[in-house]
Amino acid sequence: MDYEIVIGMEIHVEMATKTKLFCNCTTEFGGNENTHACPICLAMPGTLPVLNEKVLDFAIKAGLALNCEIQHYSKFDRKNYFYPDLPKAYQTSQFYYPICKDGYVEIEAGGKKKKIGITRIHIEEDAGKLLHESVDGTLLDANRCGVPLVEIVSEPDIRSAEEAQVFAEKVRNILEYTGVSDCKMEEGSLRFDVNLSIREKGAEAFGTRTEMKNLNSFRALGRAVQYESKRQVIDIKKGREIIQETRKWDDVKGVSSAMRSKEEAHDYRYFPEPDLVPIILSEERIEEARRTLPELPEAKQARYVRDYGLPQYDAEVLTASKATSQFFEKTVALYDEPKQISNWIMVEIPPFLKEKEISIEEIPFQPEDLVELLTLIQKGKISGKIGKKVLSLMFEESAGSPSQIVEENQWAQMSDAGELSDIIAKIIDENQKSLDDIAKGNKKAYGYLTGQVMKATKGQANPQLANQLIREMVEKKLNSRD
Amino acid sequence: MKLETLTIHEIVDLLKNKEISYSEVVDSVLKQIEGQNEKYGAYLYTDPDGVREQAKALDDKGVTPQNPLYGIPYGLKDNFCTDHMPMTCASKMLENFRPPYNATAYESIKNAGGILLGKTNMDEFAMGSSTETSYFKVTKNPWDLTKVPGGSSGGSAAAVAANMAYYSLGTDTGGSIRQPSSFCATVGLKPTYGLVSRYGVTAFASSFDQVGPITKDITDCALVLNAIAGHDAKDTTSLNLDKKDYTQCLTKDIKGLKVGICDSFMGDNLQPEIRAAIDAAIEVYRDLGAEIVPVCAQFLDHALAAYYIISSAEASTNMSRYDGVRYGYRAEDYNDLEEMYNKTRSEGFGLEVKRRIILGSYVLSSGYYDAYYNKATRVRTMIREDFNRMFDSCDVLLTPTTANTAFGLGERTDDPLAMYLTDVYTVPANIVGAPALSMPCGFDKNGLPIGLQLMGPVLCEETILKAAFAFESATDFHTQQPKID
Amino acid sequence: MSISKEQASYIAELTRLELKENEIEGFVADLDKIINYVDTINQLDTTDVETTEHILDLKNVTREDVVAPSLSIEEVLKNAPEQEMNCFKVPRVLE
Repeated sequence: MDYEIVIGMEIHVEMATKTKLFCNCTTEFGGNENTHACPICLAMPGTLPVLNEKVLDFAIKAGLALNCEIQHYSKFDRKNYFYPDLPKAYQTSQFYYPICKDGYVEIEAGGKKKKIGITRIHIEEDAGKLLHESVDGTLLDANRCGVPLVEIVSEPDIRSAEEAQVFAEKVRNILEYTGVSDCKMEEGSLRFDVNLSIREKGAEAFGTRTEMKNLNSFRALGRAVQYESKRQVIDIKKGREIIQETRKWDDVKGVSSAMRSKEEAHDYRYFPEPDLVPIILSEERIEEARRTLPELPEAKQARYVRDYGLPQYDAEVLTASKATSQFFEKTVALYDEPKQISNWIMVEIPPFLKEKEISIEEIPFQPEDLVELLTLIQKGKISGKIGKKVLSLMFEESAGSPSQIVEENQWAQMSDAGELSDIIAKIIDENQKSLDDIAKGNKKAYGYLTGQVMKATKGQANPQLANQLIREMVEKKLNSRD
Repeated sequence: MKLETLTIHEIVDLLKNKEISYSEVVDSVLKQIEGQNEKYGAYLYTDPDGVREQAKALDDKGVTPQNPLYGIPYGLKDNFCTDHMPMTCASKMLENFRPPYNATAYESIKNAGGILLGKTNMDEFAMGSSTETSYFKVTKNPWDLTKVPGGSSGGSAAAVAANMAYYSLGTDTGGSIRQPSSFCATVGLKPTYGLVSRYGVTAFASSFDQVGPITKDITDCALVLNAIAGHDAKDTTSLNLDKKDYTQCLTKDIKGLKVGICDSFMGDNLQPEIRAAIDAAIEVYRDLGAEIVPVCAQFLDHALAAYYIISSAEASTNMSRYDGVRYGYRAEDYNDLEEMYNKTRSEGFGLEVKRRIILGSYVLSSGYYDAYYNKATRVRTMIREDFNRMFDSCDVLLTPTTANTAFGLGERTDDPLAMYLTDVYTVPANIVGAPALSMPCGFDKNGLPIGLQLMGPVLCEETILKAAFAFESATDFHTQQPKID
Repeated sequence: MSISKEQASYIAELTRLELKENEIEGFVADLDKIINYVDTINQLDTTDVETTEHILDLKNVTREDVVAPSLSIEEVLKNAPEQEMNCFKVPRVLE
């Protein structure tokens, strides 16, 4: 019997606003505990919410970028449940009338393209943070209470861990490009909930699903899906019933387990939030947002292939993050060698990022510096090999410009034909055997001669020039033998 | 001269003419509070020293009143937040709560120079019609110590009736300003929903709650409304309108005003003396040149049911924040979070609040939402249409405020439904968000006050005030004083 | 429509209220009377009638995304029933 995994995802994304959803407290990450809290986000008596205008711009952008229909009418509802991280004991969310509906994201996984449907996107508030640092209790830090989120709900169109991961990465990528979120995974700006069930291949009905909440990395997402789908398949094969439940993913142990909470009596009693009024969006406002939407990754890829003649693979890698594409575009604007730049960004730079544990935004030099380096190579001032050594030093603190690095290290190539000719003449004289070999047709001997020249110049001879001079001078010698 | 029996506008004239000092003004009501509050239980908290200091400072500076509320002492229902007094909502849950912020309505009066005497008693979280659900004390009706003052703003009405404040602010969710005003012979106005900011006023039912004044006469009502009405960016449901001077409409000429009379407000269980008083009031209006127009409503009989469904639904979730985590009462003994929640809320809330929470959660719960909450919001639409139709043919609607005069302390506490039915004539204004005012129009055979209610279309406060002022000018009910020794 | 003791207990649990054994009978009886009363709205035909959540025709009321000062930590915590390390403290919950 073949089984099929069915996954629907909910992605919670913290929006990049300056203030919270309903009050003017900052959303800045990393403040001291409870220093970003006011009577409103602490749900003190008589306080009232006032909607942050910027949130609407972001939600509309997210919806457009994910191919949704932006709703002309939407509003807020209260979702009622008790938990210490939820001060009002209701979450203000959009249940009955979300701001965006019916979108999709196109992904490519396992060599196949497919569309993952987006059921809805709605605006809601984040909960606070519970700290477990006290020996005999749990502590509430309200700084995150009321930070605005968009929740993106997918259709159950995802069929594998890979698809789940690719989908999540794609959504992240798009939201980052639109500026809706900084998408900093390490700060919890992006969290995934996975609804997963198993059914026989070809079956129409869904199996019983479980939900795993708050996965906060792509790796955890992939691993959780793999584990949970295997667990369910094994249980089904053994005839064990799948229980509809919320499960906790333990990323350290790599297992999921049923949550023991007694929140089974779930009845959120959603109803319209009387403290807020409806959001009515005009066609003009939506169109204006559409016009000002930044170029999204797919459009960029097409443009890179078309205008820069890059392979599709390069275009995809260069647009994988907004910062990478920005670095590429700034460089290519100064130096019209797209493929060469692409190679450096894709191949040469990444090992240093890894070694230094920094992201592309944090590279300690500018696109102008990379251009200077590439120009040095192109003009033959240094070899490609030396270029890589220069690059490694460019990652060091207080490094000078590429030219300064070359000068300080005396890495400039010997490109003076006169000077090189003297050295080569001397080497040919000392290596009559090589000359004999070449005369017999053994062209490999050229390589030996080049090696000797590089040795004699400590690698600073311009290899092209050296090769050219060796050939000319060897042929001249052989001709004069005849 | 008994200063404390005067109205705001009378006091301000004396202050302007330097006939009295600010200290004399505050002393007049503080003396009443010191002498009478123990008996009537109108206040939960007062700040006599602070009040005297403020008055003395004004006297020392020798300032003349810069506006009509300047230097006038008043009371606030204890569901308004102020950053220098406790705010309890008359609940054990908030016994020690000190808000670090101010209600906008309080700020407005502060800016107008008003002097806050203290916080008045109320039904717990404003849920009740007699002020008997207060955790702290019972408030008695100044007209008869064995009767309730009405509720939930019972302390605010009693304070004004017993001359322990020149005016007070209350909140009205289903009649909580008008019903106690009716029981205590004060003037109480529930403005149009959205006219006065709700910010900093503890929510009961968010789509009905409205702040309003309780005063001794109609002129004072207009003066206080002038100060508190206005847009507030902190309240999303606050209306952004130009400021008005509501005293401008106080003319006695109401010739041609169409006063609507509706049978739905004159049920069989209406106390005969109230019916007689309303009939007499109709005659007063006729004599003043108003046109009396019979109007009828189709769905009004369902207003009370719809009101209790929606208000309890909203209240149930508004009460959820009282969980013992960030402020307020927390139970002593518990083993885990669930027990902490359960004990805190069960011990911190009184019976009536619990009843509304459970009723409200029930009508929102899965399986009942459509039959109750959702249905009630549709009935709300039908009642709005009813009122729109009625106001097509009249300018104001004249009704009794309540079907009975003040009832006895303890008389209805064992029968919650009977208590709810007390609000039957007042809830329609909250359902449609329209302004409504209660003013004295007579006394029953036991000397208990009878209230007349005037309702108008949304934002027609001026029409109501004008009609009320004409009636007041033609009668002397508002000048009657309860016998207080 | 009427409410049973079990339903009332379930709702009480949802709203984190405990009904004591000795008060539950009376409580449910009162509640039942109220529910029977409010149930009368179901006699009305509301087909094609819109809902009213707001009596105002307000829409799109928003504020600018500009940071204002938060409360001081003292003000945040001054009403806290229990606190530790500048946080509100509650009984231990599972991570």
